[in-house]
Amino acid sequence: MSNHDTHEHGDPIAEIKKVTIILSVLTIIELILGFWMIGVTSEGGRLAIKGTIVILMLAKAFYIVAYFMHLKHELKNLIMTIVVPLALFIWFITAFLSDGNSFRNLRNTYDPHFKEQATIKVEAKEGHHGEEGAHATEAKEAAPATEAKEAAPAKAAETEKK
Amino acid sequence: MSNVTTASTKEAKWWNGGKSPFDVEYGKVMMWYFLMSDAFTFGAFLIAYGTVRFSTNGWPNPNEVFKSYPFAGEGTNAPLVFVSIMTFILIVSSVTMVLAVHAGKMMDKKGVVRNMILTIIGGIAFLSCQAWEWNHLHHEGAWWGMNPFINADGTASSTNFTNFFFTITGFHGFHVFSGVVINIIMLIMTLTNQFEKRGHYLMIEKAGLYWHFVDLVWVFVFTCFYLL
Repeated sequence: MSNHDTHEHGDPIAEIKKVTIILSVLTIIELILGFWMIGVTSEGGRLAIKGTIVILMLAKAFYIVAYFMHLKHELKNLIMTIVVPLALFIWFITAFLSDGNSFRNLRNTYDPHFKEQATIKVEAKEGHHGEEGAHATEAKEAAPATEAKEAAPAKAAETEKK
Repeated sequence: MSNVTTASTKEAKWWNGGKSPFDVEYGKVMMWYFLMSDAFTFGAFLIAYGTVRFSTNGWPNPNEVFKSYPFAGEGTNAPLVFVSIMTFILIVSSVTMVLAVHAGKMMDKKGVVRNMILTIIGGIAFLSCQAWEWNHLHHEGAWWGMNPFINADGTASSTNFTNFFFTITGFHGFHVFSGVVINIIMLIMTLTNQFEKRGHYLMIEKAGLYWHFVDLVWVFVFTCFYLL
């Protein structure tokens, strides 16, 4: 049963090589875009790069499913059985992300505390063992030695406060 | 059997009974269905992450969080370096898995064994990388319910970032671990000539489907957490 698809399409090894190269190139482009984005500060520019990365991600997903998982060479019956239900994701993503976005807008409009939180800068962490700025002002006076090791209890107190 | 498959690929009456309308064996169809359900699980996780991120004003900058790699000094600033290594490890192990499946179709036991060993090594290497990263982040004070990283815009962050990161990469890591276990079982079955006796290596194909799915999920996890 399985040997019929080996001679149905071209040289499988050549195809594997081709797809490997495509996947590697797409990943490298993604990484280049990721590095590039570090320096980009404009909101529109970041959004454009992120959109491109998502498209490249979907292209990678297509190549893995179609060639590595062999779905492209299966019967149309099987392809449709797998792919059509996954189309639900289009709706899931649209609905949930816009819901999240609308929730943020609502809170920024009607929840002054939520909006204020987004404007108060906190101290950036110092050193590698990073102390979070959120509790720094109070915690530092109470316990000046709140450096690396004592981070855990301080953090526990902080989560309790929340 | 052979005349059914060769003569009927173009205009067969696949739904008339007597044969699988998908022209693959039962186990493979079930593996596909399992992977679909798994895709929805991962999808639910990632969409939840996206929803929370959209509903929050600030979010930590991944380039600030993931900027170290093993044996690097304290103040290293190398964003994306370590995770790109992890990504390539998984892609390469996926390629060796395809080669193992191909060798199985050719009934080439040696090729199957060699490529399965390489795939298992790749899986273990990926898991080791992830273990190092989790350990490193934990030392920095990140864990479920603990987030030492402030938002990219300098405001205070919530613990959503670490909660989602550890849950989703943990769930993916668990899949990688199961995949490695499955691959080791496949290797042992190959070495003990079980597939040789059966006359086919279809089990390798099913394990391969699972392994590629793990790679596929990483494509999404990697993009959502490290790049976006």
